[in-house]
Amino acid sequence: MKTLRIDPIACDGRGLCAELFPERITLDEWGYAIIDSAPIPASLERHAKRAVDGCPLVALRLDLLDRAEGHREPRSRRR
Amino acid sequence: MSSSRLLAGVSGGLSPSLDNHLALFGPLGAHDDLIVAVERAGLRGRGGASFPTAAKLTAVADAGGRPVVVANAVEGEPVSGKDRALLRVAPHLVLDGMVAASRALGARDAVVAVSHGATRERAIVEEAIGRRRGGDSGVRLRTAAVPERFVAGEETALVNALSGGEARPSLKPPYPFQQGVDGAPTLLSNAETLAHVALIARFGPTWFRGAGGPDTPGTALVTLGGSIARPGVYEIELGAGLAEVLEGAGNPTGPVQGVLVGGLFGRWISPRDVPGYALTPDVLGAGAIVVVPDDACALAECARVLEYLAGESAGQCGPCVHGLRAIADVMHESRSAARGARLAELAAQVARRGACRHPDGAVGFLSSALDVFADDFARHTKRGSCGRRDARVIAVGNGRRR
Repeated sequence: MKTLRIDPIACDGRGLCAELFPERITLDEWGYAIIDSAPIPASLERHAKRAVDGCPLVALRLDLLDRAEGHREPRSRRR
Repeated sequence: MSSSRLLAGVSGGLSPSLDNHLALFGPLGAHDDLIVAVERAGLRGRGGASFPTAAKLTAVADAGGRPVVVANAVEGEPVSGKDRALLRVAPHLVLDGMVAASRALGARDAVVAVSHGATRERAIVEEAIGRRRGGDSGVRLRTAAVPERFVAGEETALVNALSGGEARPSLKPPYPFQQGVDGAPTLLSNAETLAHVALIARFGPTWFRGAGGPDTPGTALVTLGGSIARPGVYEIELGAGLAEVLEGAGNPTGPVQGVLVGGLFGRWISPRDVPGYALTPDVLGAGAIVVVPDDACALAECARVLEYLAGESAGQCGPCVHGLRAIADVMHESRSAARGARLAELAAQVARRGACRHPDGAVGFLSSALDVFADDFARHTKRGSCGRRDARVIAVGNGRRR
């Protein structure tokens, strides 16, 4: 299973992804992508790939679920 | 000396010289298996995230390559002063911890990172390093200063600054233990954490567990501020009661409206919840505690903090930039009846959507303020004011809207 991940630094709110993959991507009130990180079933993977490829800022990635979730690490604060 | 460990020297009225340090604690000596000792001690980081230090050491050790050790004393948190205090009173303890960790990891370079404003602390550490020359067997100690910003001490921001870049956070992974300063695996630990490592290296895990609770071993430095008789930096046993800690600082100077525990990313505690409230690592964060008196306007305090946090966004992630700005603006609209609902709506759009936890910290502060100061906020909505003065207890920012 795969999951979508976003680089929030790279994202500048163009919003193409939400048009290409509305099943899992919505926009907040400023136009930045809100990603549903639930596993993507095979039936939707083609749509997810289209959103990843369509992002002009390469801010989206399709990760294997275990790679994205399996690694727990120092919570960081600024602090 | 159950709760006076790191501050034993200053408690005894000693200057932070190398001679006094050695007289007090003895030499560091060699240690066969420091990581195991730190794990048995149950030491958790004192920089705010409370991550197990042994796990961090292991991750760096397993990363391969020649690691770098960084003592994080940047302390961008404006209501905290404990790391700077530690550098002033026990610089050699922090340096010992860095040397012990460097030996355990095979690191040759170890850096004490402070903010630009900490000139006195940096000079004290520089002098301490000068006195130790030759005694640290191949570990090169140095200091570095980074810009004075709230986020500058965030681990990836600090790594970026120490690598010659801007002091702004970056997306993880890679984590500092994988790719830190100049690309090397980096042990980035809070300065106080490393001082505890120095004591564990000397006296062992059983001694370390002689203070604090079974699940919250050791001592921690806290910065007490606001309306308290004797504000300042104290060393407490982890798990100690908030009421007892306040009493140790001479008690609040009058009736209390709320106590902020854990700094600007912390939580408000209502006065009725203070008795029996335990200062465990998860609530202490980096140990900043502020007492807000009953005659202060809580909304003004919270609005100022949220204004400050909005201004301190690194400006990289849209939800943080726009969301924190919007939250601060709504906080200033004292007569909006829909304020609570609007703040909840904004908070939901901000939480967990940044590369770092700056937006999450601000939203946590907000939700706890809405909870604890519900009556005060409602009075503002109804009458436009609570009738209390803006006491500027938490004196962050310039107090004006940007």
